[in-house]
Amino acid sequence: MDSPEQRPAPLEVLVQEAERQLTVCNACRYCEGYCAVFPALELRRDLKQDDIIYLANLCFECRACYYACPFTPPHEFGLNIPQALAAVRRETYAAYATPRLLSRLFGGSRFLLGLTVALCILLVFGSVLLIQGSDVVFAGGAAPGSFYRVVPYTAMVIPALALSAYWLVALAAGGVRFWRGAGGTPRRLLDPSSLLRATRDAFGLAYLKGSGDGCAYPDERPAHARRWLHQLLVAGILLDLASTSVAAVYHNFFGRDAPYAYTSWPVVLGTAGGLLIVLGALGLLRLKRRADPQPADAGMLALDYAFLVLLLLTSVSGLALLVLRDTAAQGTLLTVHLGIVAALYLTLPYGKFAHVVYRYAALVRYHIEQRRALSPELDEGSKGRPAGP
Amino acid sequence: MNPLYDVVVVGGGNAALCAAMEARRAGASVLILEAAPRHSRGGNSRHTRNVRLVHERATDHLEGAYPEDEFWRDLIEVTGETDERLARLLIRDSAGLGAWMTANGVRWQPALAGTLQLSRTNAFFLGGGKALLNTYYDTALRLGVEVAYESEVADVVPAGEGGASVSFRRGGVSREARGRAVVVASGGFEADLDWLGEHWGAAAANFAVRGTPFNKGGPLRALLAQGAKPVADPRAFHAIAVDARGPRFDGGIVTRLDTIPFGIVVNRHAQRFADEGAGLWPKRYASWGALIAAQPDQVAYSILDAKAAEAYMPSAYPPLRAASLRDLAPALGLDPAALQATVQRYNTAIQPGTYDPARLDDCRTAGLDPPKSHWALPMTDPPFLAYPLRPGITFTYHGLAVDERARVLGQDGSPMPGLFAAGEVMAGNVLRRGYLGGVGMTIGSVFGRIAGREAAKHGLA
Repeated sequence: MDSPEQRPAPLEVLVQEAERQLTVCNACRYCEGYCAVFPALELRRDLKQDDIIYLANLCFECRACYYACPFTPPHEFGLNIPQALAAVRRETYAAYATPRLLSRLFGGSRFLLGLTVALCILLVFGSVLLIQGSDVVFAGGAAPGSFYRVVPYTAMVIPALALSAYWLVALAAGGVRFWRGAGGTPRRLLDPSSLLRATRDAFGLAYLKGSGDGCAYPDERPAHARRWLHQLLVAGILLDLASTSVAAVYHNFFGRDAPYAYTSWPVVLGTAGGLLIVLGALGLLRLKRRADPQPADAGMLALDYAFLVLLLLTSVSGLALLVLRDTAAQGTLLTVHLGIVAALYLTLPYGKFAHVVYRYAALVRYHIEQRRALSPELDEGSKGRPAGP
Repeated sequence: MNPLYDVVVVGGGNAALCAAMEARRAGASVLILEAAPRHSRGGNSRHTRNVRLVHERATDHLEGAYPEDEFWRDLIEVTGETDERLARLLIRDSAGLGAWMTANGVRWQPALAGTLQLSRTNAFFLGGGKALLNTYYDTALRLGVEVAYESEVADVVPAGEGGASVSFRRGGVSREARGRAVVVASGGFEADLDWLGEHWGAAAANFAVRGTPFNKGGPLRALLAQGAKPVADPRAFHAIAVDARGPRFDGGIVTRLDTIPFGIVVNRHAQRFADEGAGLWPKRYASWGALIAAQPDQVAYSILDAKAAEAYMPSAYPPLRAASLRDLAPALGLDPAALQATVQRYNTAIQPGTYDPARLDDCRTAGLDPPKSHWALPMTDPPFLAYPLRPGITFTYHGLAVDERARVLGQDGSPMPGLFAAGEVMAGNVLRRGYLGGVGMTIGSVFGRIAGREAAKHGLA
């Protein structure tokens, strides 16, 4: 349970602290070779709130700067950049996505998240039980169309589409706000080379590579574990997305109803995806538990755990449904799985998943800005390192 | 209880770690005694960021070529006198250093187009000195070097058969370690303000120490008392102008200010006292520590107008700002009339010229004492900015005389058996005054490695 003193500080306070720290960094610049944050910082002198939010979302939390910094606590400068930026990021997620009321609700509280999941499951299971009756829910059987006897197709697809539209719109609104806050216009987005570079950095997790040795996670010795586990998770999610898309095509264009055979594309892709998610999520959970707590922000860590646990629950319930779909547990597992997916979608725009949007936008902005800084004819306004006598 | 090691290394910075790794690789049992706790281990090396290296062709961390003769000329230009044998050895041995550092885990800053460019003379290690030390400690521990933190060495007593007995304090308890050979790599004495006070009197209390508070010079003092031969001027130190609001110790790079050439500098009486535009800044900046140390209360104020507001590297502390010199002066504790008069005299002495911060331009004063020889622009545009300055000591030169095998020499010039020195504690052999960027790390690495190898040879014999 969250006590009042654990409640996250408002964005402005966190921004002020990050600004204090980054001002020291800008006079030092030893970390400029580590990631995009420091070269982006060097283009600025006076840091405004939007600059801090941009820099915070550019940070991959590789933690290299923390271990390299001679000014971390107990030094009186008390620099802890990964922590300060993670705190700002966490508040960005809460402040930028709409509606803000929900973002407060899902702001990393384990209790509220658990409650959401439980309520979603209860809602789906309860309404199915009420409407369909217990003989349908506990009937079992894996014949094509048996899922839809429990939850009719439209009753499954319409809420699913509505929830998907919901999180997409909520996140997109956050993305637009983020881009505008940074002074960006839609026109500036039309920069194919910067989009390409940002995409490459995002999918390659460029700033978790270190200088080839990996990032300083879980401790100061560089390692590749975090990057690889994250990639397992991404691959798993993409495979599951592919599985759902193939299933939609099967259903709508070929009239083939779920559940599908074990050797069918939706099941093969979905199973592989589910297993990768389980591996990635368990690995990351274990890694985060072992990780040095000093450079971590407790609030961000709570969001990390929440998202990983939800992904894990989604996959495990999906895989359990696959294994037990011939049994009487089928209806129960289906409704539990759908309830968890509903909770996942509902919390998506306010939690860890939001980093996909904000970090990508920050990377695009970074590449646009770096390109302009390097070719001054593109933009007279930016300045690099002053050339003094 | 008085455990015996082949090699005891006193200190925990770059030179100490280089010595420890080399000695351990040669088969010696090695103990490092580091005065600092783990989180602030590494002496002044943790505030460094590059190393000066001779090389014949471009590498992944250096551009072009930097031949031995050029390094030699650069060194002589700053220091004037040196021990030529040791200086030549230093320069020659720096050639293989980059590869050795890479092999020991050091990573180099990548050459990102534009923002970051490789340097021709100095290789920049990724993340700076603390990252380098983290790597070295990791490597040393994996090799089997023992490290004792929070172990401040109080005395080094040479043993008759060679080596020494090293007494140190840890956890409030006096302890002792015996080394068949001992490498002293404990840095200078710049953090001992009493010792500085012996030469500088009350002024020493107004100095900032840019590096570790643990460089108190205990081992240096002990060996000098045991008859080791001193080198370099005990009064000399390298100091620059730092922000007076910075920490007393350990401010590192971030309190350094490079505003001086863009405005004027006045003392407590609002009077200018030196030519702010003499020479290009990278070479000139080193003289300002001593210049400010000679002013009343060891304090000075760098004053700028709005034209210079973005000309210099961003500072860790914001400048004091005011709409007029009259309003700025009280914030600095200066007499407004005196400051206005000084600026007025300076403004009227400025000759017409073409301002160019990238070279020695022709914007200068005439008939003003002291003059400003370059980059003199009238200070007229509000807001006016100011930074309080004080001398920030980087390191002291006074140290132990050594030979080309890094052996500590006695008063008669013969080596003291089994005693070796490396790094700042013997840098005065090569560098008597001034500074050449990155040469401290070259001295620590080259002589650290030599000391480690020689100590292992002696300890295992």
